[in-house]
Amino acid sequence: MDLAVVELSRLQFALTAMYHFLFVPLTLGLSFMLVIMESIYVMTGRQIWRTVTRFWATIFGINFVLGVATGITMEFEFGTNWSYFSHYVGDIFGAPLAIEGLMAFFLEATFVGLMFFGWDKLSKLAHLGVTFMVALGSNLSALWILIANGWMQNPVGAAFNPQTMRMEIVDFQAVLFNPVAQAKFVHTVSAGYVLAAVVVLGISAYYLLKERHRAFAIRSFTVAAAFGLLASLSVVVLGDESGYALTDNQKMKLAALEAMWETEPAPAGLTLFGLPNLETRSTGSEIKIPYVLGLIATRSFDQEVEGILDLVAVAETRIESGVIAYDAVERLKTDPENLAARAQYEEHKNDLGYAMLLRRYVDDPRQADAAAISTAAWDTVPNVPLMFWSFRIMAGIGFLMVAFFATAFVLASMRRYETRWFLRLAVLIIPLPWIAAELGWVLAEVGRQPWAIEGVLPTFLGASSLTVPQLWTTIIGFTVFYGILAIVEVGLILHTIKKGPYAKSEDQHPVDEPAGPIPVAAE
Amino acid sequence: MELLLDYPTLRVIWWALMGVLLIGFALTDGFDLGVAALLTFVGRNDAERRQVINTIGPTWEGNQVWFILGGGAIFAAWPMVYAVSFSGFYLAMFLVLSALILRPVGFKYRSKRPDPRWRAFWDWGLFVGGFVPALVFGVAVGNVLQGVPFRLDSDLRSFYEGPFLGLFTPFTLVCGLLSVTMLLTHGAAWLTIKADHGPVRDRARTIGSVTALASLALFAVGFAFVRFGGLGFSLDAGADIAGPSNPLRSGAFAAPGAWLDNYSLYPWMIAAPVLGFLGSALAFLGIRMGREPLAFGGSSMAALGIISTVGLSMFPFILPSSIDPRSSLTVWNSSSSHLTLFVMLVVTVIFLPIVLAYTAWVFKVLWGRVTLDSLRTNPDLY
Repeated sequence: MDLAVVELSRLQFALTAMYHFLFVPLTLGLSFMLVIMESIYVMTGRQIWRTVTRFWATIFGINFVLGVATGITMEFEFGTNWSYFSHYVGDIFGAPLAIEGLMAFFLEATFVGLMFFGWDKLSKLAHLGVTFMVALGSNLSALWILIANGWMQNPVGAAFNPQTMRMEIVDFQAVLFNPVAQAKFVHTVSAGYVLAAVVVLGISAYYLLKERHRAFAIRSFTVAAAFGLLASLSVVVLGDESGYALTDNQKMKLAALEAMWETEPAPAGLTLFGLPNLETRSTGSEIKIPYVLGLIATRSFDQEVEGILDLVAVAETRIESGVIAYDAVERLKTDPENLAARAQYEEHKNDLGYAMLLRRYVDDPRQADAAAISTAAWDTVPNVPLMFWSFRIMAGIGFLMVAFFATAFVLASMRRYETRWFLRLAVLIIPLPWIAAELGWVLAEVGRQPWAIEGVLPTFLGASSLTVPQLWTTIIGFTVFYGILAIVEVGLILHTIKKGPYAKSEDQHPVDEPAGPIPVAAE
Repeated sequence: MELLLDYPTLRVIWWALMGVLLIGFALTDGFDLGVAALLTFVGRNDAERRQVINTIGPTWEGNQVWFILGGGAIFAAWPMVYAVSFSGFYLAMFLVLSALILRPVGFKYRSKRPDPRWRAFWDWGLFVGGFVPALVFGVAVGNVLQGVPFRLDSDLRSFYEGPFLGLFTPFTLVCGLLSVTMLLTHGAAWLTIKADHGPVRDRARTIGSVTALASLALFAVGFAFVRFGGLGFSLDAGADIAGPSNPLRSGAFAAPGAWLDNYSLYPWMIAAPVLGFLGSALAFLGIRMGREPLAFGGSSMAALGIISTVGLSMFPFILPSSIDPRSSLTVWNSSSSHLTLFVMLVVTVIFLPIVLAYTAWVFKVLWGRVTLDSLRTNPDLY
């Protein structure tokens, strides 16, 4: 295997996935905000709410199309760039992707056209129903994708089959109700809701600062403040950590993002600040809050949160056990009926993936020496400083969002829409939720390294047998192409904001009426 | 656990479902591809081009899901096929992806700015987005019929050993052109239904009648290549149709001309090529006579017949290997596990009818011709 191909494949996947996720969270959140806005329109019958809904729908549409378009790349990249991964786990991993297409993507994509073109062809209530289907479809889509991703983090309900040289499903329900997937789903869609609320609030604040479209802006402001407050609380409270006690890799992820080298007596403290050092395998200048990490991670007072050094020792024993399983599989390849090999395999099969970590250093893991085993065991530690800082920035933004939306909610309740310092802050803060969301994926995916499927398949084995020039062709191609699309998209959104909500001919620009009672939406 | 259906039956069902999805893709998104590729030729000015775009404007997004679902279903039901074909056709897949990304963006963004250069840029972007996938899909199918240069090692890792330009041979070009003319005909037939009477519809009829005849001819040429060019593979006798999905456990060999054997073995299969020829002929007649249902029915029948012909001719092969026939992927050796096939079938049986029902409803709500007049009055149109 060519490690340059592996690294370039990782780079391409990271680029295309992170780019895709610039658009997805706005789709997830804005779709439900459209449902709320249109519901108010249907209930009150007031024209202004139709204007509100239609303006945000225009922004939604510009964003949605790139989310869909770049999603096609994701669907096919497993096959093009990670073909051994696709063979090895397609029996389990392919199913949620296919179900996503059938149950969710069809729903949102079929109804989204009608959402834009059906205003005159449908009754108010029917149109609201269509908008709801779009929101439901996009959020269900996230559910299935995160079931697939959750399985990569915690591969339940499946077993290796030596006859087919791949993982096969044994318990479909376990895959479906994977606790890691459930936690990820709630955390991810909530983050999308926060991001959408920040966008709506920021653009409304911009109009208020410029003293344009006041009637439109204060209504959007109010919906975003309420929706954003609930969502930001949900993101922080229902964080992703609930699954971090489940598996060795999840434990390692937790230890890495805390830069916690040694196991501490329970309950462990949470590090607020520190300087992780890879050379000395220690973290300097730590500022810790006692007990908090132990409480969050284990939901108990007496369970330990294991440190990196102890987890590496566990990995070393699992590699040694995995080599025995590997030996059995090699014998079963030529002699499928060999009972001794079968028994040997059964005893060590849970560690088979660990033996494959050695294939970075030796072609046949059975030939590995103690040094190779020790190096491979250390490979199970993801990039500690990257994890440590990503987590702190992401979580910091999360808490900032709660404070921000709490303030917005108070201001909206008091009808103080002219608080200029807050309006300026609301515009400036717009990029932050994107940074947090991308860092969230960095934590999830860098934290899963060296595994593609935790404990089962190392990332470097999953790549396709491609060549370096092929990869550079597509990486440069995607970068140029995606770069142009990003410029076009941002340009169009800014253009739409500049034209404002009354750009469409049939909406008359109303005299800015006094606000009147605004229902506090987003229950 | 005892499942309701045995393994070989499920494999055949999923082989057929893969065909259903590809045909669903050709019938729905196929006319979107065709219309996009026709855009600059049937629309000579901005108003006409907007009219063309709005005939597919509200529905292309849903139609495109057939393609994405096709990919997802092959991943779930035929993981080895997904892995080998997508990585083998690496740069071709990248071309298709780029074109397919350009297309939605083109629909959505083109009419957002009045600048003629902006619009002309996206018009040609839409042409590329329609034409390139249509061509590449056809070329890819041609390569599958010829056999793809890949082999599997004992870990079942696949290695592709052919150059990018090797994808283009006279036969695969015929397949590519057939795919293009088939979808152009389908797109032209759609325009006769959706575009109001006027220059756009007239031009679509002119082009459509030419492409319908061209499909007819190219389909015949394709047959001649298969018959006289000696394409085909055969399985060793006694393949274990219920065995584990491991290609290296079964044997296959190149057997020139074998792709036509199924028609003597199962004479009913002849219905597929007959539909292919008949559909193209009916599409031609329908377009010439201005009978829209006949035109669209004919082009749909042609797509159904031509795609089924490929699948049935190759059965049970899905992806034969030209350099190591032993690595060939077939219905019996490259599927998902018995349980996955069963669960996915249950999901499909529940959800596919629901999808078809609401898709039909959406098409019904949006029924009616797109007129040049509506472009002026309806601000929601692209």
